[in-house]
Amino acid sequence: MRNPDALQGSLDLLVLKILSRRPQLHGYAIMSAIQDMSGDVLRAEEGSLYPALHRMEESGWIRAKWITKESGRRARLYELTGAGRKQLAAAESRWQAVTAAVNRVLRMA
Amino acid sequence: MSWWTRVANVLRPDRLSREIDEELQAHLEEAVEHGRDAGEARSALGSALRLREESLDVRLIVWLDSLRADAVFGWRQLTKNKVASAAAILSLALGIGACTSAFRLIDALLLRPLPVTHPEQLYTLARTGVDPERGFETFDGWAYPDFQLMRAAAKGEAELIAISYSARADVTYGSDQDMEKAYLQYVSGWMFSSFGLRPTLGRLLTESDDLKPHAHPYAVLSYDYWKHRFGEDPKVIGRTFRMGNDVYQIVGVGPQRFTGTEPGTIIDIFVPTMMHPGAVRPDWTWMRTLARVNPGVALEPLRARLDATSRAFERDRANGFRGMSQREIDEYLNHPLILEPAASGASGLQSDYRSSLAALGVLVALVLLIACANVANLMTAQAAARAREMALRVSIGAGRRRLVQLVLVESAWLAFLAAALGGLFAWWSAPVVVGMINPSDNPARLFLPADWRVVGFGLALTVGVMLLFGLAPALRASSVQPVSALKGGEDPHSRRRLMHGLIGVQTAFCFLVLFVAGLFVATFQRLSNRPTGFSADRLLTLDTVARRPQPQAYWDQTMRHLQEVPGVESGALASAPLMAGMDWNNMVSVNGAPPNGVIGHFMNVSPGWIETMKIPLIGGRDFRPSDTYPGAALVNQTFAKEYFNGENPVGKSFDMLFSGGSSAHFEVVGLVGDVCYRDVHEPMPPQAYYPFRSLDAKNASEIKDQQYATFIVRTAGAKPLAMASILRREVARGWPEFRVSNVRTQLEINQSHTVRERLLARLAFFFGVVALLLAGVGLYGVLDYSVLQRRREVAIRMALGAQAGDVARRVTADVFSMVIAGALAGLALGFASVRYIESLLYQVKPTDPRMLALPAFTILVAALVAALPPVIRAVRIDPALMLRAE
Repeated sequence: MRNPDALQGSLDLLVLKILSRRPQLHGYAIMSAIQDMSGDVLRAEEGSLYPALHRMEESGWIRAKWITKESGRRARLYELTGAGRKQLAAAESRWQAVTAAVNRVLRMA
Repeated sequence: MSWWTRVANVLRPDRLSREIDEELQAHLEEAVEHGRDAGEARSALGSALRLREESLDVRLIVWLDSLRADAVFGWRQLTKNKVASAAAILSLALGIGACTSAFRLIDALLLRPLPVTHPEQLYTLARTGVDPERGFETFDGWAYPDFQLMRAAAKGEAELIAISYSARADVTYGSDQDMEKAYLQYVSGWMFSSFGLRPTLGRLLTESDDLKPHAHPYAVLSYDYWKHRFGEDPKVIGRTFRMGNDVYQIVGVGPQRFTGTEPGTIIDIFVPTMMHPGAVRPDWTWMRTLARVNPGVALEPLRARLDATSRAFERDRANGFRGMSQREIDEYLNHPLILEPAASGASGLQSDYRSSLAALGVLVALVLLIACANVANLMTAQAAARAREMALRVSIGAGRRRLVQLVLVESAWLAFLAAALGGLFAWWSAPVVVGMINPSDNPARLFLPADWRVVGFGLALTVGVMLLFGLAPALRASSVQPVSALKGGEDPHSRRRLMHGLIGVQTAFCFLVLFVAGLFVATFQRLSNRPTGFSADRLLTLDTVARRPQPQAYWDQTMRHLQEVPGVESGALASAPLMAGMDWNNMVSVNGAPPNGVIGHFMNVSPGWIETMKIPLIGGRDFRPSDTYPGAALVNQTFAKEYFNGENPVGKSFDMLFSGGSSAHFEVVGLVGDVCYRDVHEPMPPQAYYPFRSLDAKNASEIKDQQYATFIVRTAGAKPLAMASILRREVARGWPEFRVSNVRTQLEINQSHTVRERLLARLAFFFGVVALLLAGVGLYGVLDYSVLQRRREVAIRMALGAQAGDVARRVTADVFSMVIAGALAGLALGFASVRYIESLLYQVKPTDPRMLALPAFTILVAALVAALPPVIRAVRIDPALMLRAE
């Protein structure tokens, strides 16, 4: 993320959206998914991802569990909760409204 | 994550950190697997420490975590300085425990509402006035006919309830030989419904059980009695017991928590007021009157109506008085009725111990404050030692609040450890103190629950104490100036000023405690050493009853029989033991003149009684077996002084006037020494003794049969009680109809009058010693600290030639001036508080120089002893060694 401000507040939304499509991802996979899907335009700052995940876990939007991979290493997988699904819907529609408004301004000005 | 897991996370922060680290580590490994450079990935992730802290804060409760850390740190601080911590905890525990214990007693006796519906509506009726012998007092006894009139007058505004003074009665569930004692109370039948009480078993008394004199022999047992006497046997309903000549039927068991309306006595049996022999007597005041005032009724008009009713009743009665002038009658009637709130019941123990308990409460609170001052000084001294640590904490970014918390948590450790110990102390000590209120034949029985009221008080006290000794050091620690503290040069004087101020306060409180303790101890000593006029040594009293009056010959025969029992030195017969509560008094007229207003006190005794009691015979002779009542009298010296102008009364005569209008004529046959008649606190009253052998009031040629009397026996052995069971048996052998209902030593009866004073003296002495000890330890601590702080200065002075005396004076001057200022303040406090405890003192003048010298001297000695070790240490400082070390 070259300009951190551009993504302010949107990291949560992206994480929730990705987890709604593809449950049971670990942190690195979530980060990669954001990067891939945005065609390398968006790149979550790795450092802020984990505190964000823990904060959302604390809010009850996602839950986590430890699994042991075939390699023997442990990984912490995240998935969406019911509350998270509701939060995603709310955040998504707010995002749409904001971007639509911003677009309107850009068009008319 | 739930709140609970966050709390749980506080308790296992290491595991949480490990998990977060592991997740971050997994991230890095994943990155390497995706072909990224390990170093690049790590730097992209950022500082692991910061990430961990950030995530930790999310996943646990931050303040709780910091509290946990502070608690762990505080515990380490305490264990670092074990002796000082233990001393602080023990002294605080004693203070907190004693205060909680005092509260427990005060609450149980004076504050706790009765377990009835709307206790706040209850009032007790009393009369106030000036008793010619005892001064101003309130009197709450009423005659039943008066009560009935007042009840009718209050109808619609208040319900009046008659409740007798509780008495230990002889009851039996079987034969006469199985007589046992039970606390019995006569109550209005409607008391239970008015109190909203429900039976545990059977039914309670009702208004219809209390209509006609002597017609309702029904009884309700208290739950406590049912449990202890009958093991909660449900078959108790319908059983009967006999008291006197009446057979009562048990109809029910009262509710569990109701122990009667007299705190200090747990009632066993309730019977209707109509069963009391005084129910029809206008001149017998044997009961209290409680009023349940309906909501919204104004008290003053109600009081005025009751007052007018009762006054009219007494005026009618006074018309029958003979030998009283109009002025005396007016004086007699001038006892205004008052209504006193009685939400927590009404009892003699309450009025006897209200001010004593308050005084003790203040004493223990002072001891607690002294302990607090000690701990505050200890914490201040420790904070001084830790000033560098605090400064370091501030300079690396610790907030002031966090520092206050750090020090307060340490205080909380002290306070709560002390509270736990203190709780144990209170749990143990409150019943012990109640056990010390044990006048012969009527030990206090106080229900002492340890419920939320007591626990709440203890907790509030603990938190208050913690703030008291912890807040000042905490604020001081937090206001540390890193620059000056790290340079090691913070102004030491400000800290010492606080400590010295606390020493002054401690000394003042200590002086006050010692002063009051001295007054109580002196009171007890004067009372115990007061001559009673007779010898109580080896004297046993046997209260004896028969089912119906017995001829005088049998009493005499039994008395002679007892005199011959081996181990008996002498024996006699009296209507009651001296000082056992009996009081028979009337006006006296000499040569038919109107009475002079002095009340005479009387007693019936047999020939040989004055010899058995070792009361000196000053003139004339003792009774002969042929003397009778009325007829012959022995009088004491005060009697001769009051009625015969101090002349030798032997051979003269007088009349005793009854309130009904009749009188009895006596000739004085002997003059005897004065004795304490009713109470050791009172002056020895004018007194006359009459022969026990009495003429029948209806037929003067016959000797009256007697139902009650007391055998007074002086034993040869030093332990009179050892003969109790033998004498009990011998009385029944003397005449089978007689039964001994109560055996007491005269000593026990005498001592029962000083139970309160003994209690106060013992407890006050104990807390005086504790206060002195605490203040001494505090003084030692502060001096020790200041010597430690000033050793550089002392070393320099000594290097410059100061003598040991100069050094000693210099290091102690400040503290000793504080001690003297404190003692003076304590003296002022003592004088100011004396009027609150004056009623508890006996012939002790607070202004007596000896009473002031004692605490002053004690404190001075304690201060010198406490100052000695630090002063020695200061004097022994080796300047060369000290200055080189710096």
